[in-house]
Amino acid sequence: MNFDYSPEQVMLQDSLKRYLDKNYNFAKRQEYSQSPLAMNEPAWQFYAELGLLGLPFEEAYGGMGGSPSDVLWIMSSLGKYLALEPYLSTVILGGSLINAAASEAQKMEWIPRIAEGSLKLALAHAEPSSRYQSAHVSTSAAFKGDAKEGSYVLNGSKNVVLHGHTAHAYLVSARSHGALDERAGISLFWVPSDHPGLTAHVYPSQDGSRACDLELKDCQVPAEYRLGEEGNALSAIELALEHGNAALCAEATGIMSEMNALTLAYLKTRQQFGVNIGQFQALQHRMVEMLIQEEQSRSMSILAAQSLSEGDPLKRARDVSAAKAFVCKAAQKVGQEAIQLHGGIGVTHEVSISHYFKRLTMITLILGDFNHHLDKVSEHIKSQSM
Amino acid sequence: MQLSKRPSSCTRWMRQKILVLIFTIGTNILELNHSSWEMEFKQEVTDFVSRSVPPSTAAKVARGLRIDKEDIVGWQKILHAQGWGAVAWPKEHGGLEWNALQQSIFDEVCSQYNAPIQLPFGLKMVAPVIMKFGSVAQQQKYLPRIIAGLDWWCQGYSEPGSGSDLASLKTKADRAADHYVVNGQKTWTTLAQHADMIFCLVRTNHEVRKQEGISFLLIDMKSPGITVRPIQTIDGEHEINEVWLDNVKVPLENLVGEENKGWTYAKYLLSHERTNIAQIGKSKRELTKLIQMSASIKVGEERLLDDPRFTDQIAELSIELDALNVTNMRVIGSKDPAFIQLGASILKIKGSEIQQRITELQMQALGPYAMTQLQDDEIMDPNDPESLHPLAHFPVNSPHLPGLYFNYRKASIYGGSNEIQRNIIAKLSLDL
Repeated sequence: MNFDYSPEQVMLQDSLKRYLDKNYNFAKRQEYSQSPLAMNEPAWQFYAELGLLGLPFEEAYGGMGGSPSDVLWIMSSLGKYLALEPYLSTVILGGSLINAAASEAQKMEWIPRIAEGSLKLALAHAEPSSRYQSAHVSTSAAFKGDAKEGSYVLNGSKNVVLHGHTAHAYLVSARSHGALDERAGISLFWVPSDHPGLTAHVYPSQDGSRACDLELKDCQVPAEYRLGEEGNALSAIELALEHGNAALCAEATGIMSEMNALTLAYLKTRQQFGVNIGQFQALQHRMVEMLIQEEQSRSMSILAAQSLSEGDPLKRARDVSAAKAFVCKAAQKVGQEAIQLHGGIGVTHEVSISHYFKRLTMITLILGDFNHHLDKVSEHIKSQSM
Repeated sequence: MQLSKRPSSCTRWMRQKILVLIFTIGTNILELNHSSWEMEFKQEVTDFVSRSVPPSTAAKVARGLRIDKEDIVGWQKILHAQGWGAVAWPKEHGGLEWNALQQSIFDEVCSQYNAPIQLPFGLKMVAPVIMKFGSVAQQQKYLPRIIAGLDWWCQGYSEPGSGSDLASLKTKADRAADHYVVNGQKTWTTLAQHADMIFCLVRTNHEVRKQEGISFLLIDMKSPGITVRPIQTIDGEHEINEVWLDNVKVPLENLVGEENKGWTYAKYLLSHERTNIAQIGKSKRELTKLIQMSASIKVGEERLLDDPRFTDQIAELSIELDALNVTNMRVIGSKDPAFIQLGASILKIKGSEIQQRITELQMQALGPYAMTQLQDDEIMDPNDPESLHPLAHFPVNSPHLPGLYFNYRKASIYGGSNEIQRNIIAKLSLDL
């Protein structure tokens, strides 16, 4: 059995690393974070050149035909550099939704633009009171006109749209029929960011990026902007969230490995009582536990990626939730301990460790937290022993 | 494929590479999923194991009752007759060289069908040392007897004064004309009461640094001067022993490798021991048992499993076991010595924690029934594996669970305590 990367994967990984080493050190990352779009456009173009933006799509549409296991090394690398670009939103979430729900014509139109780096997306799904419940959609989609010339009028609000500030288009979930929390009745729409009736309120996020809230007020979109069948989008959305969570697990693993490297280096240089503090067993064992959490998180990221490549949807959902729940806990432990072992300097803005900590912490709160995902694993156990 | 509107020369190069990649990417990194070949393999293992575990043995394993020497030796002989006595060993020594996934499937199926353990001391601990460092004569003499279940081995490492500081051991072997004379005391010796052979760490040089004066000896338990005294464990069982060695004569040919190099061999063995200690197949079976128990135990009209406070703890445990399982596969499949070293200690730490947590939750699932302490013969008639004494009024047939909880506190202590494992990682993996 081989858990190592193929030579080709190593080559791509090296190219990405060389680029990020040169163009994405911590000082530059902080500059990008403060720039108007809180990201770096040349880096995005480089990802396009490497083929990373076309990763999940079939070749026929200009994609790369990659698999969830490729997402592991990409997200892990992006995590190590705290990359700010909307890879998760555009390629992982957006890509999964397009693959699962878009029509042939839509794919022909969107995928080449995503792959070449000229189209960025954001998923607008969560609402003020949905928290992590995927079927809790109250934003309404009212059909107008006839089958030929129809359109939908969208009304409602969407919250904490990740990377919403860079998006050229939003993928908006809205209910065309059914009661709140009902699985049936949720549709998915393509809404260009400059579309009439759509207002975005952008704000900075804890992790150095931005997010936004969307207001949809009589926002009228043509019927051909709908992805998939009317009222039948929830399973595609849930699949996208699974891909998103698997990607976040990999990103978190990359962040943990970097935080551990930084903390270990600190233990070997910081002197107190006349010795490197790494000589104290009380600190050594905590550092070891951080390393174990990182390795175990890597294992769970592999499990999630693997399950996403397999058929069984129940096992897939269970494994991804298991991975995310594990990673949430591990992230909390590693993050908090890294700060503690750094001492006072760890709670300052000037060092990178504090910024890693913030991004890592936010990962534990987006697309489902520990309790949410643990509950899914519990429900799976119960459903298996009825 | 369109990657960029104005490709640079670098981009063109990349693009060519990527076209090649399309056919290779994503196929190499992960092989956790069960291909049809693996399904067939699992079926083959299941076909054999499911009909081959003796029912009387399986009944005891399923209920967590005491298993005897005959259960363990009998199972080893059954496996050996099938040619599966040592599936992980190299073929030249009679093994099958099954890969990591095959081993893990085998392990899981055996656990699932309530097979007893394969005694690790010969098969998984001393055998790899003999294969790597032993003489050809030792290999020919001992390995076939291990695989056939003819020799029961035990491990002579710990001493009363040498626990975590193993290298400080005092049992000494003095060289006479054609033999060593061994004197000292070993302790915590698991199942020594059944043993035919013991592998011992002994001091052969008192002048040098403590690690450099240790040798690795193979000793016949029938040798005059060996006394085995039982130690009763916290659950009242006889599992471990003291082994006293009083002027025991050991032929020089029973030295493994070179004199005073025993510490190297001991560490090599310990890294194997740590991986085996993870006991993943068994933990999967016991987790399943825990879930079944929780589904059958009533809390008023509800099942215990419907109590989210309890089931969330099971869920967390199942997640921990997943992580351990994948890490185990990564370690067994790895060719990176540094990662294997790190992995062995991680598996020991996390494997033991999970085993302990399972026994804890199983005991908690019993609630007040956990108070009951019954002897095996009060629970089951040995002549009738399906029998259950009315006194065993447990919600499930697992009367020994509280005892196992107490017993399994050992798991984070033996095989190099979990604190020692952290020291090892700190030193070898983190260079602290």
